Amino acid sequence: MLMPNPVVSAKNLSLTFETNDGPVHALSDINLDVDKGEFVSFIGPSGCGKTTFLRVIADLETPTGGTIEVNGMSPGQARMARAYGYVFQAASLYPWRTVENNVALPLEIMGYSKADRAERVKRTLELVNLTGFEKKYPWQLSGGMQQRASIARALAFDADLLLMDEPFGALDEIVRDHLNGQLLELWARTDKTICFVTHSIPEAVYLSTKIVVMSPRPGRVTEVIESTLPKERPLDIRETPQFLEIAHQVREGLKAGHSYDE
Amino acid sequence: MTRALTEGRTIPILTVVAALVVIWYAFAVWLNSPWQIDRYEKAEVEWTTGQLINDTLNQERPVLPAAHQVAVEIWKTTVQKKITSKRSLVFHGWITLSATLLGFAIGTVLGVALAVFIVHNRAMDKSMMPWIIASQTVPILAIAPMIIVVLNAIGLSGLLPKALISTYLSFFPVVVGMVKGLRSPQAHELDLMHTYNASRAQTFWKLRWPSSMPYLFTSLKVAVAISLVGAIVGELPTGAVAGLGARLLTGSYYGQTIQIWSALFVAAALAACLVMIVGAADRIVMRRMGLAR
Repeated sequence: MLMPNPVVSAKNLSLTFETNDGPVHALSDINLDVDKGEFVSFIGPSGCGKTTFLRVIADLETPTGGTIEVNGMSPGQARMARAYGYVFQAASLYPWRTVENNVALPLEIMGYSKADRAERVKRTLELVNLTGFEKKYPWQLSGGMQQRASIARALAFDADLLLMDEPFGALDEIVRDHLNGQLLELWARTDKTICFVTHSIPEAVYLSTKIVVMSPRPGRVTEVIESTLPKERPLDIRETPQFLEIAHQVREGLKAGHSYDE
Repeated sequence: MTRALTEGRTIPILTVVAALVVIWYAFAVWLNSPWQIDRYEKAEVEWTTGQLINDTLNQERPVLPAAHQVAVEIWKTTVQKKITSKRSLVFHGWITLSATLLGFAIGTVLGVALAVFIVHNRAMDKSMMPWIIASQTVPILAIAPMIIVVLNAIGLSGLLPKALISTYLSFFPVVVGMVKGLRSPQAHELDLMHTYNASRAQTFWKLRWPSSMPYLFTSLKVAVAISLVGAIVGELPTGAVAGLGARLLTGSYYGQTIQIWSALFVAAALAACLVMIVGAADRIVMRRMGLAR
């Protein structure tokens, strides 16, 4: 029996940006598999290449070395097959579109019928608890609600892979806790594979089945930590010894990658 | 009612207008009195200051006509004249307005089209922009007669040549504004369209075009005002047949300063109305797009 193909598979992947100040090694020799249904967090200081790696998966950057496959295809093919939904740090909702029309944007572009669009908008807004806000404009929503709408937009066309680039980075901690809980619920219900970039150790530990610790100059993976936490995670799991132990491992991993050096 | 007056803009505006009128009359007396005094002396009549002020404000061909003279002239040539009359400012205003609107329409379409090409084509960006900017460094007064004469030679006369001078002026702010507007989407907004594998046309209609609307209307306000200037300039070399420009020119031939000033004020009022109409369209579009708060 063959193992199922990983959703994302990177082998010796590297990416070097040529700048006026010489080459910048954003990614160096990355080897990583993300399996179906996993929740993988990428954590590390600024410049470690975690966002760049996500952008390579999304075909927003082109690697300069090694190989990467998304759903067994090149990232470009996967993008054209609409294999993933991408959530940016800024909600990037279009201000001239209501919430429902923002969620319908990818569906319009992908040519879904009007009835199908309405049904999907309704379903995904339910999924992120925004029912009742269909006709609001983005500026009428709080930051947390805007980010939930942008997650709904990424979910609307049923891509199996969700790429999230610090989606809650700009929100305060209370809202962030709340949204983390909601995201776990959503993940449990939809069976998506999620790649999640974050700066926050507790967020990474709380959400992930796998934590990828990265370090800068050159951007590389220093450690991959498999979480031993159960799939069911109430908020107060953060005070358990098991949680603190994993957080400790992450911190040690960051230290080993000299992430705390100035 | 009193509160609305003091807290609103009415009182400040009226104050400024009153001050301007006072200054205007002061200048009218000052500038018109040398000729008036000269006449008194030639006729060897006694005169008082009161009489002098009264006479300077009611000359037939003053250096600077007084406000009421202009107002009376405008009243006579708009309300009291049939609009088909050659002496009606409504008749002349309409001739200028029609050229303005046609030129404005062509200029807007041309400007938007150029901006679309420039944003989507690097070669166009590099090659067209310097020419577009250079086009505006040529004095319009120098180029207008040549356009009129050349177009006349190929059988085009009347409305279109004048409108083309309006176009020549008005396409420029539209190009500049729309290039900026169509480029205003941020990198992550464009990335988002890329992740959906959106075509260039989809990116244009769903992102670039709506993003550019505030820029478009700002440009249109400038464009409509200079379209009117273009139409008036276009009327000057046509032998001054009709239009506000013609009124200005005949007025200056015959020293009819009151006629000049009336035409000027009507032109200014027309420009203000046009800008206000564009402003209203701006507000309606912004409200319908949900951008007005």
